[in-house]
Amino acid sequence: MSATFDKVADIIAETCDIPRENIKPESHAINDLEIDSLDFLDIAFAIDKTFGIKLPLEQWTQEVNDGKATTDQYFVLQNLSDQIDKLIAAKGA
Amino acid sequence: MRFEYFQMIDRIVALDLGTRTVRSVCSVPQESTIFEGHFPSYPLMPGVLLLECMAQTCGWLVTSLNGFTAMPFLAGVKEAKFRTAVHPGDHLEFEGKVVHEGSGYAVAECRGRRQEQAVCDAQITFRVMSFPSPEFRKALVEWAERIEVPVKELIK
Repeated sequence: MSATFDKVADIIAETCDIPRENIKPESHAINDLEIDSLDFLDIAFAIDKTFGIKLPLEQWTQEVNDGKATTDQYFVLQNLSDQIDKLIAAKGA
Repeated sequence: MRFEYFQMIDRIVALDLGTRTVRSVCSVPQESTIFEGHFPSYPLMPGVLLLECMAQTCGWLVTSLNGFTAMPFLAGVKEAKFRTAVHPGDHLEFEGKVVHEGSGYAVAECRGRRQEQAVCDAQITFRVMSFPSPEFRKALVEWAERIEVPVKELIK
């Protein structure tokens, strides 16, 4: 498990009051953890602050709505963590 | 302040996009049907309306930051505190700051004062979305001009 995933899982546990042990890399934030869009705003805020990035939620939503991406690509937590790592790397480049 | 139209802010007196801060003023009306119920013989401005003052103050800032290209909708409130009673005729001032501009959302902090006395404060989250229609945007721009938001300098 990556350090990024651990931080994301801690944020979700604290923000949504979900037991930490229930949050796994393969968990889907919406389908498995039942996080709604309003709670996800709080999570996005905490992730943006923690990692110094800006999650491109509008772009991701558009891609999903247009059928160019699946929610799994962004909301399965390991994939979300990988996206965060890419954004961190892009920021430092 | 026009309760019946939910237009809480009388005037934007300072707006700084660099520091992402805003200051607004408003006067609580002397008379309103709201005071007949809240409360009979003891009129108090409801805390939810103070919250709306804070949301509108910061909302104008969010809209100004995006050049009137998108509309902030109230999505969440944290740590709201109402520290003292507000009465008809009181003059209030609100100071807001956007602490984070996310993708499709913004988070702001706001506090209200009566002279130097703290009245209320809160952290407010907005969803920032496209205007539902050109008419909506036009009405909002006209409203902004009425309360002295420097729209012409901001609009994209």
